[in-house]
Amino acid sequence: MRVTPLLRVEGLSVCFGAGAGAMEVVKGVDLTLRRGESLAIVGESGSGKTVTGKAILRILPRAARITAGRAVLTGAGGKEVDLFGLSEPRMRAIRGGRIAMIFQEPMSSLSPLHTVGNQVAEALRLHRKKSGAEGRRICLETFAEVGFPDPERAWSAYPFELSGGLRQRAMIAMAMVCRPDLVIADEPTTALDVTTQAQVLDLMRRLQTGTGMSMIMITHDLGVVANMADSVLVMRRGEVVESGPTRVILTDPGHGYTRALIAAAPKIPECMSGGLGEVRDPILWARNLSKTYPGRISGLGKQAAPVQAVQDVEIVIGRGETLAVVGESGSGKSTVARLLLRAEDPDPGAEIGFRGRDGETQDVATMTRARLKAFRRRVQIVFQDPYSSLSPRMSVLDILTEPLEVHGLGTRAERRQRAAELMEKVGLSPAHLGRFPHAFSGGQRQRICIARALALDPEMIVCDEPTSALDVSVQAQVLDLLKGLRKEMGLSYLFISHDLTVVAELADRVAVMRRGRIVEQAPAKLLFENPRHPYTIALIAASPEPDVNRRLDLAAVARGAGDPECWPEPFGYRGHQAPPLHEIEPGHYVSCAA
Amino acid sequence: MARFILRRCVTMIWTLAVVSVLVFIIVNLPPGDILSNRIDELMASGEEASVAQARFIAAQYSLDQPLWKQYLIWMGVWPGPNGFSGILQGDLGWSFELDRPVADIVGEAVWMTVVLNFTTIIFVYVFALPLGAIAAVRANTLVDYVATFIGYIGLATPNFLLALVLYNYGAQWFGLPVGGMMGREFSGQPLSWAKILDVLEHLIVPVIVIGTSGMAAMVRRLRANLLDELGKPYVVTAAAKGLPPARAVVKYPLRMALNPFVADIGNMLPQLVSGSVIVSVVMGLQTIGPILLQSLRSQDYFLSGFILLFVSVLTLVGMLVSDILLALLDPRIRFAGRGR
Repeated sequence: MRVTPLLRVEGLSVCFGAGAGAMEVVKGVDLTLRRGESLAIVGESGSGKTVTGKAILRILPRAARITAGRAVLTGAGGKEVDLFGLSEPRMRAIRGGRIAMIFQEPMSSLSPLHTVGNQVAEALRLHRKKSGAEGRRICLETFAEVGFPDPERAWSAYPFELSGGLRQRAMIAMAMVCRPDLVIADEPTTALDVTTQAQVLDLMRRLQTGTGMSMIMITHDLGVVANMADSVLVMRRGEVVESGPTRVILTDPGHGYTRALIAAAPKIPECMSGGLGEVRDPILWARNLSKTYPGRISGLGKQAAPVQAVQDVEIVIGRGETLAVVGESGSGKSTVARLLLRAEDPDPGAEIGFRGRDGETQDVATMTRARLKAFRRRVQIVFQDPYSSLSPRMSVLDILTEPLEVHGLGTRAERRQRAAELMEKVGLSPAHLGRFPHAFSGGQRQRICIARALALDPEMIVCDEPTSALDVSVQAQVLDLLKGLRKEMGLSYLFISHDLTVVAELADRVAVMRRGRIVEQAPAKLLFENPRHPYTIALIAASPEPDVNRRLDLAAVARGAGDPECWPEPFGYRGHQAPPLHEIEPGHYVSCAA
Repeated sequence: MARFILRRCVTMIWTLAVVSVLVFIIVNLPPGDILSNRIDELMASGEEASVAQARFIAAQYSLDQPLWKQYLIWMGVWPGPNGFSGILQGDLGWSFELDRPVADIVGEAVWMTVVLNFTTIIFVYVFALPLGAIAAVRANTLVDYVATFIGYIGLATPNFLLALVLYNYGAQWFGLPVGGMMGREFSGQPLSWAKILDVLEHLIVPVIVIGTSGMAAMVRRLRANLLDELGKPYVVTAAAKGLPPARAVVKYPLRMALNPFVADIGNMLPQLVSGSVIVSVVMGLQTIGPILLQSLRSQDYFLSGFILLFVSVLTLVGMLVSDILLALLDPRIRFAGRGR
């Protein structure tokens, strides 16, 4: 028996702009989706994957136009309709009713002025003509289904009152409440922490198999594909380069681009090298590092409880080594970096030491302003977002020579010379010094940021999530660049990341942070081969890998991703009574009760 | 919510106290106010009777007291020559120029001002909201250009010119009354339906004249705000849900764009009062605008002091109203007030 597909897209082309300036961003895309199938559209930014998803629902931005193609949706009775030929009112009945969409940023995709219940019930009212008590009942059922611990609370909550994971669950509830035939999910977990991502992915998979709906998953992450999709469509510059069953594509890719994507996906290497034992020659170290923010003053002089962003952190960075600090948002990892650079003052009692090439030990915690300036020349920082950390009004030359000017180094010609050298060092052409940041891609901009950090010939660089705004293939290149520079210039790195797999290849040592404390710290090899703390295990288990045979281990995620109270003995604790770090093998420290 | 309003009222009282001090200092700052001039004249004449009269006047209005005590007496928290008798007790003082109690002079004008300004604000909002919304949704189309054009004309035309034109054609085509806030026969009469209707009829032209430029500015601002909001992801979400465009715009982005719109009420009130002085003179409106102008020129300081204070109260009430509306409109503000 021949099965008619649920959705058949043929020759879809989308143009931005009109006339001679029109740009074709999607070029003749074909795809077929069976009932109950889950299809992943994979590609990097600019590949046209999101535009393809939005074109199916005809919710493209105003400047975009569908120029060619058909999208045939087959109804339950076998009736076929071309979505691109429907009138607007009939299309509206399909949007949210038969095809629903889940977006990337749950915070900005939900209205902050309306309760979650209101926004979810609206879809029901529109498509199932159910409102009032019955609509509410169906919504509450859906909330329970998507894993809200307290559906009643979710009904009357505003989006900004929910955590990131719950917000995305609210989005999913909104898409699911009308029981659509097809859900298009546009990077639904990209904005979430890894452990939350694992839980949301699991939820979506369960919902899909439970209701028998089809799904189109738009993502840049092959790990997500391996875990979620039956078949894959790889897109590049608006064209499909390869499509087929997930297992075939991931194990035996036919196209070079697919192979490159798989190679660039960060994964934990099977066999790791790297130093073991204690740090022998420390460059920067800190003890008793804590930071408490006063609680917000509200109303009539009342004050909320103070927030302990960082508590009793002790870290050591070896010369020429990389220490990775890994944790989810709010774990205090970036605060640690700011405290080490004295961009913020730690709580009294902290001890921060620095010993540079000159062999002189300096006390960073109590440094004067003048000495701090000299210290910052030797320790530089690279930020997460290369788009906002470069001034759009300065040419690259100005950006690269500014640090030299600030510290009064060299003549104009010498500074220019130095800028040209820096460009070559980070793999850019010195001929482009006169350009402005907007002329560069994200990866190139991050190279410029790195060049700027290198301008003063520092001994150490703090990298605050330097690759999380970049595409995977670009991320791999930037990581390679950092590795090369470390070897060439004898740099030490403090590498902040939310993703364990990203740091696996670069880090000599890893410190895992949760709730402002280090829960496990070890040489990278020991940490990845013998993780002990349930939270570390959860982080490793939650990282999706592009391997269909290694699916996410959700049991492990559930054990470690929760609050410290629900960690098993001897790791769990209540309140601020965290157990101290114990050395379980040389250099490997775990927070546990003895 | 009740606590929020209470808290705002408490801060409002403090602000008013500070404002009253400032107003008192300002009206007393320039030398040569009308009363000291008269006293100086009497003293200069050298005649015993005149000097005695001057002393009496000075004592009567506590001019022989230090400035801070004068302020307290004016406010009515310090016993003056006639015991506690100041603004708090409802004694607004004496206008030396017009030789009448301030309360008599401003009495009806205050109410006329309140009526005129609130009607103007309502007019501005009723027209600016749909015009701005349509201009944004249909951005860069004919509708938008027409709205923009009308807006610029509204901004650029001098108010008094608009007043003359509207009076002329209003009277010619619709038989609208020319000048004033009410027919002469109702002046000084107790409130009645006939009087209210007459006032409303007289209000039409002044409200259009005073409100047009504010409305034009408001349309521009709403259009810009709404255009920003229309590109936001939650609007796409609403479309993906299958919501018809008009309903989607009204429910989501328009409500977001309303914030600055509502926050403006407080600013608009004093602008309307001070900005409409010339118009009031031209149109013969019995509002406090012209009285304020006159009293400032002659430095009739009880009168000008009270009017300035009254405008401040109006502003603060406007701010309070806009804050309450904002809190009602935007849960984020409500929750920040709760201090989660």
